[in-house]
Amino acid sequence: MARAVAVVGVGQTHHGRRMDVSYPDLVREAVVRVFEDTGLSPKDVDGVVSGTMPSMMEGVALTHLYFAEAMQAVGKPILKTETCGSTGVSIAHTAFYWVASGMAEVVLAVGHEKMYEGDSQATMTTVLDPFYQRYFLAGAPGVFSMQSQLWATRYKIPQDKIRDAAAFISVTHHQSAFDNPYAHIKMKVTMEDVKNSRIIVYPIRLLDVCPNSDGACAVIFASEKVAKRLGRKVAWVKGVGYRGDEQFFGDSDKVVWQSAIEAAKQAYDQAGIKDPLKELDVAEVYNPFTYQEMIFYECFGFCEFGKAPDLVLRGIFSREGELPVCPSGGVLCTNPIGATGLIRVAEAAMQVTGRAGEHQVPGAKLALAHAMGGIDQFNGVMILGSEL
Amino acid sequence: MAREYRTLKTEVRLPYEVAYGATWTRFFEGLKDKKIYGTRCKECKRVLVPARSFCPRCFVTTDEWVEVKEEGTLVAWCYTNYRYFGMPIEPPFVTGLIRLDGTDVNFLHLIGGFDLSNFEEVSKTLRNGIKVKAVWSEERRGHILDIRYFEPV
Ligand SMILES: [Zn+2]
Repeated sequence: MARAVAVVGVGQTHHGRRMDVSYPDLVREAVVRVFEDTGLSPKDVDGVVSGTMPSMMEGVALTHLYFAEAMQAVGKPILKTETCGSTGVSIAHTAFYWVASGMAEVVLAVGHEKMYEGDSQATMTTVLDPFYQRYFLAGAPGVFSMQSQLWATRYKIPQDKIRDAAAFISVTHHQSAFDNPYAHIKMKVTMEDVKNSRIIVYPIRLLDVCPNSDGACAVIFASEKVAKRLGRKVAWVKGVGYRGDEQFFGDSDKVVWQSAIEAAKQAYDQAGIKDPLKELDVAEVYNPFTYQEMIFYECFGFCEFGKAPDLVLRGIFSREGELPVCPSGGVLCTNPIGATGLIRVAEAAMQVTGRAGEHQVPGAKLALAHAMGGIDQFNGVMILGSEL
Repeated sequence: MAREYRTLKTEVRLPYEVAYGATWTRFFEGLKDKKIYGTRCKECKRVLVPARSFCPRCFVTTDEWVEVKEEGTLVAWCYTNYRYFGMPIEPPFVTGLIRLDGTDVNFLHLIGGFDLSNFEEVSKTLRNGIKVKAVWSEERRGHILDIRYFEPV
């Protein structure tokens, strides 16, 4: 690893249906909060990196230009990083590289989305090639449905067990969202509610699926020198990993999923993590679909392949379990896509600095943040720790 | 968030003319003659379908053309019954991930040939691992939907 880099502060909007603000004002809400949190001001910032999912979600193509004022980027270098659902983690990686390289001391990272202003599923199909795949992959749920079947078939996991574990995950996250002041969906949910909710794309039901959300997140990355000058607890970047698959969905294995496995391994190797289940204190896994969350557990080495449903049902990943996953309520309850991955990083930073409030995991020192993007194509991981 | 403010209804509509290139021109022209073409990589020996101009893993040009069987095995499927703007296929429909016989990647297309109106009925008919076979459109224009769908054998 190059120079030490820390997340010195975070800011989030209240996520949800935000037709009360314009898109630039929504972005500014998060940016104001990160300056309040850190005590830094725009003049301290050396560079700004931002991103959204496909820009066409809101019909404005170059959002980093549109938000130059809202991000206080006028007179500074601006970058945009866009990797579909993993955009937020990619923004964090870009800001990290910038500071780690020694070319900047302080970088502001901003992720944003306003999904209620467009048609999210229609936007997502424009990610696919126009000749072939666009006809058959109807938005995100279809892709995840097929992935979960491939997984269940490979490991001969009984459908009932998977169904129970997915419902358990949904109940846990919906309960956690009540403890997160910024979360979008706050709804009391029982196992029966999940299992009886409307089918979206078999076997995935409404309560297995994330919402559309409007929201933004801002995070400031700084050098060791600046971080120490601030005189507050910061979250140190211990490792980063990112990998991509082929663009054709049918070309690669989405169960023993190399981009997820290798992205985590790269980050673990840098952070010196050998046994993630034991060493990590909390994980913010990108989980727009309950079923897919279990595939990530396996690819990230939290358990053996095919075993995640058993561990889920034993409460290993619950708030009081061995490795709490998404105490924020996760993507399942809040998904402004371009911000979502950066929210995972912000939440991980809040956990290891003891600033997560009602959803704090007591004593958390090492956290994983993750996001996935494209047609199951990209995976990015960042490990944050309380110690340098 | 008590008060709501004004909104503007707007649209972005842009025309495109997208080039197929030599390989995909040949693949899509093949569909007119009820032929599904793949290409074989000379290094890893995989048969890739639809045909590719190069192997994504070995990065070598793939110029050995293979006529692929129109039968294969259903690997995964999903039933879609919701709508979004500009949706190219009228729901409900079933997408299948199909391993065509003699190929080494999964091919995406529709599954059909039976009543799709009721999900429960569909789920009794479809199982991963069953054999499926292409059903061709009468009118073919060199398009992916020249294959109407794959139906269970
Ligand atoms: Zn090859």
